[in-house]
Amino acid sequence: MTAITVALNGVKVVDDVEPRQSLADFLRDRCGLTATHLGCEHGACGACTVVVDGLATRSCLTLAAMADGRAVSTLEGLRDDPLMTLLRRHFHESHALQCGFCTPGMLITARDILQRHTRPDDKTVRHELSGQICRCTGYANIVKAIVAAGQDLPQASAAPPDA
Amino acid sequence: MKAAPFEYIRPKSVAEASVALGRRGATTAAIAGGQSLIPMLSLRVALIDLLVDISRLDDLKAVTATPDSTWIGSLTTHSQIEDGKTPDVFGGLMRRVAGQISYRAVRNHGTIGGSIALADPAADWPCCLIALDATVRVVGRSGVTVPRIADFIHDSYATTLTTGDIIMGFDIPAPKVPLRWGFAKVARKSGAFAHSIAIVTALGKDGPATVVLGAAGPRPRQMVATATQLAVAGATEEQLRAAIATDLDANFEGLDAYQKRMHTANILRAARDMRAQ
Repeated sequence: MTAITVALNGVKVVDDVEPRQSLADFLRDRCGLTATHLGCEHGACGACTVVVDGLATRSCLTLAAMADGRAVSTLEGLRDDPLMTLLRRHFHESHALQCGFCTPGMLITARDILQRHTRPDDKTVRHELSGQICRCTGYANIVKAIVAAGQDLPQASAAPPDA
Repeated sequence: MKAAPFEYIRPKSVAEASVALGRRGATTAAIAGGQSLIPMLSLRVALIDLLVDISRLDDLKAVTATPDSTWIGSLTTHSQIEDGKTPDVFGGLMRRVAGQISYRAVRNHGTIGGSIALADPAADWPCCLIALDATVRVVGRSGVTVPRIADFIHDSYATTLTTGDIIMGFDIPAPKVPLRWGFAKVARKSGAFAHSIAIVTALGKDGPATVVLGAAGPRPRQMVATATQLAVAGATEEQLRAAIATDLDANFEGLDAYQKRMHTANILRAARDMRAQ
């Protein structure tokens, strides 16, 4: 077992993990944070995307042991994040989810897109979203929601990245 | 999709990591970003006893530039290069290549050193670093070696790395005159491994050209006849196609008619991309 300390959604978590345990399994099984969904478990679908030290990260491609000393945010921890609040509203208004399985990864990635691009257009969003798979094929409304959220951002520049 | 059990350590120095990787009687692997290794462990394609986490070794993170060359530490991530956080004396070629690798969440962790160490035949960095004539600095139990990338990668997923070796980084010579380049990639889906990668460079307006083709065989190859033809002023597309056909036959085995057409089209696309600059 490997001892780890993670700042998880702003709370210090100390635990012992098996070295082979993925960050995704640690979040879901040890911490009970089930907003992080596991689709493919090999980096292709993007459903498990979380934020590690401010960077969008596939939690199935990161070992829990490698997250030692890092700050990890899951969708649960971004409940009151202003950008996520805006995105949630637009996902609702544009009907950007059907079964909802891919939605946590879509939201985390959408937030990352708006932090790096000022008012992204349809083409940019589609390219940036190509690592997120929606098996309901609801892409049109997901793209619409992200573009609309970008238009709604008050400032001229992209949303500020995490500190 | 769960990895088999293994031991995990995070050494504090390159020397300590090298010793750990050479542990007698154990199958070991170094992990940096883990964006290729973790899926291989999860799919149990790779089975190891000991995982050595080198991702926090500061000695592998240096990035420096002199008038003669650029040094890129092996832990430099694709997204750091994509975002222009490394010196760019290659007219934007490295940024463009970096930004086309996989997806942003993967680029945030995947490293240039990991990509070269894995030597996937369809990976981007081997092509790019061969085109830029880079060398790789390897530290191991037998001392330091500095092979050219083209010699370092000798087959599909095969390099000259031996047990205990660690890639420190890459030394890339600075072009003496502004570099022109073209890059083209065929992939079924953006972010997926490519079926064809073509990188074309030329020194200045009419200097010598380099053409590298990847994903067409076990390792990327220089397309010498094509490069010579490209440097000829007023060369026609027909002449270029003939040179590409010669190079494909000389460097790659077993390409079918479709693959030959695809690689030819892709190289021509890269050449046009360069001429447009």
